[in-house]
Amino acid sequence: MDFQLADLKLIAPHIALLGTALLVLMVEVFGHGRRRPEATWISLLGIGIAAAATGMSCHENRLGFSGMLAADGYSAFCNMIILIVGALTILVSSNYLKDERHEHGEYHALILLSMTGMMFMASATHLLLMFLALETMSIAIYALAGFFRTKEGVESCFKYFLLGAFSSAFMLYGIALIYGATGTTQIHGIMEQFTQIKGLASSPMALSGIALLIVGFAFKVAAFPFHGWTPDVYQGAPTSVTAFMATGVKAAAFAAFFRIFFVAFPATSPVWSQALWLLAVATMTMGNFAALAQRDVKRMLAYSSIAHAGYLLVGVVTATAAAGTGMLFYLLSYAFMNIGAFACVIMLGRRGADSTNLDDYAGVGFKYPLLAAALTLFMFSMAGIPPTAGFIGKFLIFKAAIGKEFYWLAVIGVLNSAASVYFYLRVIVYMYFRERPEAAPEGLRSGPAITVATVVAAAAVLILGLAPGFVVRMAEAAMSTF
Amino acid sequence: MLQNFVPVLILFLFAAAFGLGVLLISSLLGPKRPTAAKQATYECGMDVQPDARRPLDVKYYLIAMAFLIFDVEVIFLYPWAVQFKSLGLFGFIEMLVFLFILLVGYAYIWKKGVLEWE
Amino acid sequence: MIPFEYSLLLSAILFAIGCVGVLVRRNVIVLLMCIELMLNGVNLSFVAIADKLDSAEGLIYVFFVMTVAAAEAAVGLAIVVNLFRHRDSVYADEINLLKG
Repeated sequence: MDFQLADLKLIAPHIALLGTALLVLMVEVFGHGRRRPEATWISLLGIGIAAAATGMSCHENRLGFSGMLAADGYSAFCNMIILIVGALTILVSSNYLKDERHEHGEYHALILLSMTGMMFMASATHLLLMFLALETMSIAIYALAGFFRTKEGVESCFKYFLLGAFSSAFMLYGIALIYGATGTTQIHGIMEQFTQIKGLASSPMALSGIALLIVGFAFKVAAFPFHGWTPDVYQGAPTSVTAFMATGVKAAAFAAFFRIFFVAFPATSPVWSQALWLLAVATMTMGNFAALAQRDVKRMLAYSSIAHAGYLLVGVVTATAAAGTGMLFYLLSYAFMNIGAFACVIMLGRRGADSTNLDDYAGVGFKYPLLAAALTLFMFSMAGIPPTAGFIGKFLIFKAAIGKEFYWLAVIGVLNSAASVYFYLRVIVYMYFRERPEAAPEGLRSGPAITVATVVAAAAVLILGLAPGFVVRMAEAAMSTF
Repeated sequence: MLQNFVPVLILFLFAAAFGLGVLLISSLLGPKRPTAAKQATYECGMDVQPDARRPLDVKYYLIAMAFLIFDVEVIFLYPWAVQFKSLGLFGFIEMLVFLFILLVGYAYIWKKGVLEWE
Repeated sequence: MIPFEYSLLLSAILFAIGCVGVLVRRNVIVLLMCIELMLNGVNLSFVAIADKLDSAEGLIYVFFVMTVAAAEAAVGLAIVVNLFRHRDSVYADEINLLKG
């Protein structure tokens, strides 16, 4: 064990976020009496500092803290995704919180704390740190899901908490078994054990450990058959938190999932890649077909997020550098399109009533043309129609799958995205081809911050769709540092 | 291997036999003349207040949560204290940082009024 | 000396009891206790493995898992108090506002 001051540089982004979270909490309780828009600005400033620190530490390319975490291109890319998710969420929330009379600094502090957990997940190279980061992220999000304390909110919060804690227990048991089989939980160490000890790759203890790890991750990313909580939780939670959960948790969990399976378990890949193959196919099919039947836009987006988890799982199954590139690109574009879509949902709701039924969207297209155009763009991107970011992401992942001769997986994925076009387009059809009811309430829940977030997201979806080259090269560079 | 535990088993059997035996003998031989005072939950104590199965004040839960967190975090102090010398200055500062974070949490719940009883 | 396999088996049984408890019990406080039981089952296997391999890593896990479990219990308790305020019930099958 040796401690090096230089290692602190590797976690500078994490420290920045944590410090900001504490500062926001203290401002909340000690700066009393005034309305507090400052929580938003302090958080954004902290995220900016963390982004700068990520940029500075991304060329370090080494392990730190006795192999606990890595600061490489991969973790830097994931950090950037998470920081973008956090910044967009805070922008989207500012007006929403004011409208719902819940403008508390704790919200921002919790967002920042869970982002810290997410970033540690993305850079963890040791299962202990990975588990702690997962819990840091999850516990903060449990609290966020029930932040409004409405009946639905608390119920969704409870469901998420119960299943989240249940799944982390599974993951922990998986870690214990892997520790028992290999004697270490440092992922490079695990990989060495697998190559050195003959027969370890088929030992029941190691295999059941890997299986339990898969169960834990499948819960977190909402993969079939562990997806049951997703629609309820996404529907009941505050919309901005739903956006954060759908994008941030997914990004962090997939980042850790891919790193662990890519680095630690290549020796057993024939076994787990079959299991994950089935999981990927079932997840995307189930998500898309359940989404077809939904009339509530938030629930529809929840099932669509299950389907997207399925596409991302294709990347993990393939487990090549090309698949990793695709996955990183997909996570980034998913962050933009999903938060953008949820921002539109927030703007169309009003205090105490989210109005997320499809009928509430009738005729929106001519009443609020700009918002409808943005939502149309996001729906196109989720469906994977060019020239949007969603198309490029799917293209990269399926191309990588074909490159490793997972032909059927790619075919099923493409068929699935074709089927998904139906329910994404249905929202657009309602917006443009249905009469707006006379009794429809007036006004949008809009403000400068949420407008900025939506415009940024829309622009990013278009730019990533039209000129993906730069970001794809960055993702490739990130994958090459493994 | 397991033979080592045979004395423990015998001890368990003896203990169980003794306890059950005493209960059995006293219930067989002892006289039974119940009165209201004897039937009370605490024969020489305060009268039992109404039903115990009613919701507790939420204040108790708040204190319980705060206690749970701060109590368990202390767990990290013990291994640190044992290894204090070999961890050196870096370990000392790390622990100060850890305690500072806890202190921020403490200041937070204090200002939020969790610690006020009335 | 208790054989290593026995400790592992015991921890697996504890884990399974907790797991089944989460699936079948109705009282949400008991659900929280079942999750704690699962975590403690895992802790037991960490200790057993650490003892067998003579490595301290498993013991360190136990420290962290205990604190994580405490944090989870605190948040869980807070959620249950909120839940109770809304519905005057701690039974999981009465929590059915969102269909799933």
